[in-house]
Order: sequence, then structure tokens, then C-alpha cells
Amino acid sequence: MLELRDVCKTFNPGTVNEKVALDHVSLTLNDGDFVTVIGGNGAGKSTALNAVAGTFMIDSGKILLDGTDITNMPAHVRAKYLGRVFQDPMLGTAPDMWIEENLALAARRGSKRGLKWSISENERARYREELKILGLGLEDRLQTKVGLLSGGQRQALTLLMATLEKPKLLLLDEHTAALDPKTAAVVLELSERIVREHGLTTMMVTHNMKDALAYGNRLIMMEEGRIRLDVSGEEKKKLTVSDLLDIFEI
Amino acid sequence: MNPFNSFISALPGACAQGLIWGLMALGVYISFRILNTSDLTVDGSIATGGAACLMLIRAGVPAAAAVAASAAAGMIAGLVTGLLCTKCRIPAILSGILTQLALYSVNLRIMAGKANQPVSVDKFRLLLSQRYVRAAGFDNPIVLLALLSAVIIAAAYYFFGTEIGCSIRATGNNRVMASAQGVNTDRCVVMGLMLANGLVAFSGALLAQYQGFADVNMGRGAIVIGLAAVIIGEVIFGKAFSFNFALRMLAVVLGAVIYYVVLQLVLTLGLNTNDLKLITSVIVAVFLTVPHLKGGRGNARA
Repeated sequence: MLELRDVCKTFNPGTVNEKVALDHVSLTLNDGDFVTVIGGNGAGKSTALNAVAGTFMIDSGKILLDGTDITNMPAHVRAKYLGRVFQDPMLGTAPDMWIEENLALAARRGSKRGLKWSISENERARYREELKILGLGLEDRLQTKVGLLSGGQRQALTLLMATLEKPKLLLLDEHTAALDPKTAAVVLELSERIVREHGLTTMMVTHNMKDALAYGNRLIMMEEGRIRLDVSGEEKKKLTVSDLLDIFEI
Repeated sequence: MNPFNSFISALPGACAQGLIWGLMALGVYISFRILNTSDLTVDGSIATGGAACLMLIRAGVPAAAAVAASAAAGMIAGLVTGLLCTKCRIPAILSGILTQLALYSVNLRIMAGKANQPVSVDKFRLLLSQRYVRAAGFDNPIVLLALLSAVIIAAAYYFFGTEIGCSIRATGNNRVMASAQGVNTDRCVVMGLMLANGLVAFSGALLAQYQGFADVNMGRGAIVIGLAAVIIGEVIFGKAFSFNFALRMLAVVLGAVIYYVVLQLVLTLGLNTNDLKLITSVIVAVFLTVPHLKGGRGNARA
């Protein structure tokens, strides 16, 4: 369970560029919630996600994950609870390292790293199986540099890396925005399947209102650093794009 | 003696120097290629290694122990740079320059206030000396240097294949990704810089013994020579050696040897030694530019 309590964040305080990005945001995600987050540019969607991920420290408020206070935890420490996929396909993987090396790094998220060899033969077999599920033919290319893959392949791989060790929370930050429509649909379907199969608690930021409505059991709309709308279950199912547009326009 | 003969007779010396600088270039390879930072500490830490080793030997410490201690001194220099660029958030290049400048004073202190200190191979048992560079047998420094290069390449190959080693590589490759996968990137940067400078000081310790003296200026432009070795190695062996990490490191060592052999060649052809640093800089600048002009992906990243 993720809990944001009265979280505030202002960028460049005291300057002409001052920007209130999160304005007393409180939010509780229940286990297994798949929340889609929408809102205009600068509404605070990505900021909210990054606050949870620890990209920056928040000004005030608290963030709790399964009762653990992670507010002041450095990003790489809380990474053990989190799976992340970024908007930029370049960000989620190490391009000059092999596919299997990237996966092995992800598999050790949250465990202590030592002077053991970074990947074992058993792991390799497991990665091959997991990659097969992606259906992109990557299972035969374990020792290919990730930099040679397409954006869609890299996002799919990042998704697998994020969920290889089941995270307490999966953070998808517009992870299909940089892909062509066809690839975006494939990656989105894949995300949905992985989330469903593992019952992952998920926050997905998206610009696409149709996707926001089609996926997940809950929808949040943000505006000027605040949560403007929070609907779930049956109520969400009844929502349409034009409903959302109406709310947007007020 | 005609130029050809004098070149041939100078060849063993060039090879030995190339191997010593090859170890130094491996240090540069770690910071420049693996960590993806330009670490200028090395200009200072190579002299630190030389100074510390030489003074320890003169104080009666066995040469091997002195070399080990020198490498440790280099690691401390790397630690300082690492802390400056992680804990103090000073840009990596500036952090290196700060440490390098500070090391100038430290090195003078190590050498009892003198800019230059000799060590005689007649009075002390050194691991290697220029004197035997044309001798046949195990006294020849080239034997030891080749062996050391092989051992260090093997050790580095293993290390960068371990969990910690992979974390360091990931940190250099994509810091956001590394952090998201739970890697303490600050610690990896510090560890990488310590290893790099330890290796550089190690090579400085060998260099001081080889040439029979340490000089406070012996590291001037070392980073550029290291980069030259890395780049020459990549240009010449790049395609053939690219698939294997150990071979890529071997290419760096060979790059340094080639650098010194070519240097020897142009020197015997009558080049003014004073122009060396200018020529080295131009060569490195040109080779760093070529991949950029080709529009290839990020070989010239600094």
C-alpha cells in the first residue's frame, strides 16, 4: 500500500521560475490498484511519480510504502521496492551492456552485490524464458548490446527488468509516449498483462485519455499540483473521453 | 649510427615505456570509458605513485611493498576526487583538477621538498630498471611488465564481470538506470576512481624505478598520453577486439606501446622533443573528433 500524506514540492523557490509542482497531495493506493494518472503539461503527474521514486526530496509531507516511511530514503535504496519504466526508452537500460547483463542487474535490485560473477547459467535459462513471453525474439539475443535494440524493444525489456523481482509498486511514466502508435499499443498490452499476472500495484502516467480509461481500475486527474479527480471501479468504467474533456475545461 | 639502427636499438626501451604507460592507460580507460568521466587526477597520482615508491625504497622498504603502498596512495587520491564529485557535487573535471593541483604539493612533501629524487639500481633492489632493457633474460623489464599487464588485465576482466563490477559499468553507462536498479551510483563512482588512480599510481611506481628517479612533473600531460593509448588501441584493434572486454584492455596496452614506438620513430627522424606534447594533443584531438564527424554514436563522449 502506497500512502502520500500532504506532499508538497516547489521547484526553484524564491525565483521568477518558482513552480509549485505538488500542492498538498494526499493519496492512498491499495494493493493491486492499477491507477492511471492524467493531466495537462506541468500538472504534476510525473513529479508525483518522481517524488515516490526519490528522484528529488519533497519539501514537506510523508510518503509511506507498506507502512515503511520512505520519505527520506535515497532513490537507490527505495529502488528495491519499486519498478520503474521511463518515458525515454534510453533511460531504462544500459546501452553498452548486454541484454542478460541488464537483466542480471535488475534481478539484484535490493539485494547486496558482491564479488560473485554477475550472472549464472541458471539465471540465463530463466531470462530466456521470461524474454520469450515478450514475443520479440530477444530470447536468442542475450548477448546483444541493448543499444542495438529499437525503442519498443528497449521499453519492453525495461518493463521486464522492472518486474523481474516483483516490486511493491510499479511506476510507468508515459512509457509509451515516445513510441510509434503500433509499438505503443504492443508495449501497453504487455504492461497490462504483466501487471495483471503479478497483481502489481501500479501507477501509470499517460497523456492519452483513451488509454487512461481503457486500463486500470482507478483514474486520477491532476491539475496545478493537485488531484482534481479520483475515480475508481464502476464509476471509472462509465467515464468517457468527453467527460474528461469537460472536466479539463472548467 | 644511421637512423634505422638507432631506432632499432631504442625499440626495447620504447616497448618497456609503452608497457608502463599501458598500465597507466588502463587506469584512464576505467575512468574515461567505463565510468564515462574525464578524470584529471591522474596527472598528479602518477607522480604520487612514483614519488612514494621511490622514497619508500630509499627508506629501505622492499620494492614490491613500496609499489603496493604507492598504489594505495593513488587510491586515496582517487577517493578524494570521488568524494569531491559525489558528496560535494563538484563537476568531475574540476574535482580532478583540484586533486591534481593539491597533489603537486603533496608530492613535493613526499619527496622531502625536492622536485626530483634519484634511486640507484646499484644501491637498491629494484623490480625493474632501464639499464637491463636490452639484456636477455628475466632481468629485462619487458618480461616483468608483460607479465604484470597480463595479470592486471585478467584481474580487471574478472572484477568488471562481478556484481560490483557490473554496477560500476552500469553507473558509467546510464546513471539513471543504475540508480533505478538499486545501485549506489555515488559509491560506484568513488570505487571506479579509486581503482583507476590506484592503477595509475602503480604505473608511476614502476616508471620511477625504471627511469631511476621520480620527478614532481613526471605526470604532466599523463591524461593525454593515456587517452592517446586508449584511442590508438580502439582505432587499430577496435573492430577485431571489440567483442571481448579483456581484448579491449589489451588493445589499450598495445595502444600505449604503439604510441611510444611511433614516438621513438619520429624522434630518431629528428623531431624536436619540445614539440612532443603539442603533437600528442593534436593526435588525441583529431582521433576524438573523427567518430563525431562520422556521426557515429558517442565515442567522443567525455
